[in-house]
Amino acid sequence: MQLVQRRPLPPRRVRLRPGGVLPILAILVVLLVLVGIRQPSFLDPPSLMSFLGRSAPIILLAAGQYFVIVSGEFDLSVGSLVTAQVVVAARLIDSDPARTWPVVLLLLAFGALVGLVNGLITTRLRVPSFITTLGMFLILVGAVYLWSDGAPKGGLSEEFRRFGRRAVEDVPLLGRVPYALLVLLAVAVLAVVLMRSDFGRTLVAVGDNPRTAQLSGVRVWRTRTVAFILSGLAAAVAAILLGGYSGVSFQAGAGLEFGAITAVVLGGVALGGGRGSVVGAMLGALTLELLFALMNFYGVSGALRSTVQGAIILLAVAVSATRSSSR
Amino acid sequence: MAALAAVTLLSLTACATDEPGAGPSGGSSSSAAGSGTGEQSKFFVQADYDAELALLGATPTGPADKPWEQMLNPTMVDTAKFKKAGPHKICFSNAALNNPWRQVGFKTMQAEVEAQKSRIKEFVHVDAEGKDQKQIADINDLLGKGCDALIVSPNTTATLTPAVEAACQAGLPVVVFDRGVNTKCPVTFINPIGGYGFGHAGAEFVSQKMKPGGKVLALRILPGVDVLETRWSAAKVAFDKAKVDVVGVEFTDGDPAKTKKIVDDYIQRYGTIDGVWMDAGAVAVAAVEAFQDAGKPVPPINGEDQLDFLKVWKDKNLTAIAPTYPTYQWRTPIIAALRILDGQQVSSPWKLPQPTITQDNLDRYLDPAMPPLHYAMCGCTDLPGYPQRWK
Repeated sequence: MQLVQRRPLPPRRVRLRPGGVLPILAILVVLLVLVGIRQPSFLDPPSLMSFLGRSAPIILLAAGQYFVIVSGEFDLSVGSLVTAQVVVAARLIDSDPARTWPVVLLLLAFGALVGLVNGLITTRLRVPSFITTLGMFLILVGAVYLWSDGAPKGGLSEEFRRFGRRAVEDVPLLGRVPYALLVLLAVAVLAVVLMRSDFGRTLVAVGDNPRTAQLSGVRVWRTRTVAFILSGLAAAVAAILLGGYSGVSFQAGAGLEFGAITAVVLGGVALGGGRGSVVGAMLGALTLELLFALMNFYGVSGALRSTVQGAIILLAVAVSATRSSSR
Repeated sequence: MAALAAVTLLSLTACATDEPGAGPSGGSSSSAAGSGTGEQSKFFVQADYDAELALLGATPTGPADKPWEQMLNPTMVDTAKFKKAGPHKICFSNAALNNPWRQVGFKTMQAEVEAQKSRIKEFVHVDAEGKDQKQIADINDLLGKGCDALIVSPNTTATLTPAVEAACQAGLPVVVFDRGVNTKCPVTFINPIGGYGFGHAGAEFVSQKMKPGGKVLALRILPGVDVLETRWSAAKVAFDKAKVDVVGVEFTDGDPAKTKKIVDDYIQRYGTIDGVWMDAGAVAVAAVEAFQDAGKPVPPINGEDQLDFLKVWKDKNLTAIAPTYPTYQWRTPIIAALRILDGQQVSSPWKLPQPTITQDNLDRYLDPAMPPLHYAMCGCTDLPGYPQRWK
């Protein structure tokens, strides 16, 4: 597809590599300027830090979703996985600080397991990932409901909540740096390193053209399954941060899967796979959150958020469809 | 498709970016519209509002230490025709168990049944899981099970009315509680004062405790639900009267993360918020945390009687109040059913008092040993299995 893309593009003054991060960076800068005009205090380090901290979970989910989407699949189960993780964490920790770390490890394992199941069902049983992960979504919703009798029990310890709620205080220039932001930066570095490794190239190649990848000796099913596991792990980390941020609730992960997918396509990643960067996806999530913040500053009803998300998805898919049909 | 999507997005972004033109002169759009509370809810009924506010000041009859047996302005009805020798089989068609309020309430009801076990030989409970169709079928099934009395907590008012009417026609005494039905056929309908009383108590407190003309943020769970609409519409009346500036009315979906973001956004946008009103307490703690995490003092706020809110209120010494929709109302239907089967008179409707937790009586309701989602106004401390059953 990349060969095809290069040929028909008309000459441009600025060279835009398809799937590059320049367009999303440009949108981000425009939004930052608009925010700066309307609400200059938002750009002060303390409020900017708090914004980045509370946006960390959705950015992490976008990174996780990126791995799956760039390999040519979807993961609709992440929102309900986050809810399940938060509810499970509250019940297992039951406000006992000593259980914090074991439960954190358990959540990561649980996230990876859900990803593994998603991946194996999609690749080995050849169920379209849209259906697999929708099924997983429903299974998790039902299971959580059954297990908790319809209302979350127990409570999260302050130690657990620290990751999503607390910050490193008194940092020169920046003030408070939320732990969530540090976690996000660490994951971002890992994700970039991963995408630059052989695995990353293989992942994109699989999404670009699974047949070619297969013929050149890639085990497509294994690569895609790993992508699902990475998405599950990202959901686990996001759940830990989100549970920390807001405490236990049945709504913890509601709608996050769509937020993550919107962010990924906004970040220039092609639905269907093979194009786009993980940094773009994460910037897409940040841009989306900033757009929502901006809408709030201009007094636009929060109810329009899902409409905006839907419009972005439709627009992005439409644009990529026009591009691919013009070849 | 592409064009449609593009147009949609453009018009949306136009919405988002059009306002700066009006911005410098008009400020935010919400401050232009009077006190910012918007139009009155379609659910608002002046007569009901007046009646509920009058009940807030009424003195209940019945034992003062058992509010679940008390009645406000009782109208007694004769039940001699339902008199029957015990022990009885009591059946309960429950709308749902899908939130902590209903969980606590149902445990309280089960404990009441246990406390009355000498008089109840069997208690049948059917959970409609929040589905009207299931509850209609449930009620129909229960009619063939030889129940001596039927208790119904309807899922929705209009849809369940015919099913309740059918039950009345079957000849057994029917007791409805919590949400009502559009028929007078049940022997009695039990509920506390209601949403207007709840909304009014919180709004009056917040507007009295904050600085005059200050900025209020109103947080609502969902639009269009009658019990919640009445709470908000009474608050709107109170805020309009107090002439405070309601800078935002936002829907939280009961999601703490969303609540925290909304509150954080408003703190960023206005610098300070002087009062927070909520139509339900589920996300009160999230709102409090948003102020704490932003390093701001928590303004006067109302929550509900959930333990997590009462704890943070006490620990952080908040200026707060907790109107309640008491879970002790789940005890009353059992008591009413037994009285009816004894042929004793009961009040119809049976209006229960709706206490408010204030700074003065906070310690009475705050039991730190109870779980965060427990409702303090359960009236359950004297029931069998307390506290373990509610943990």
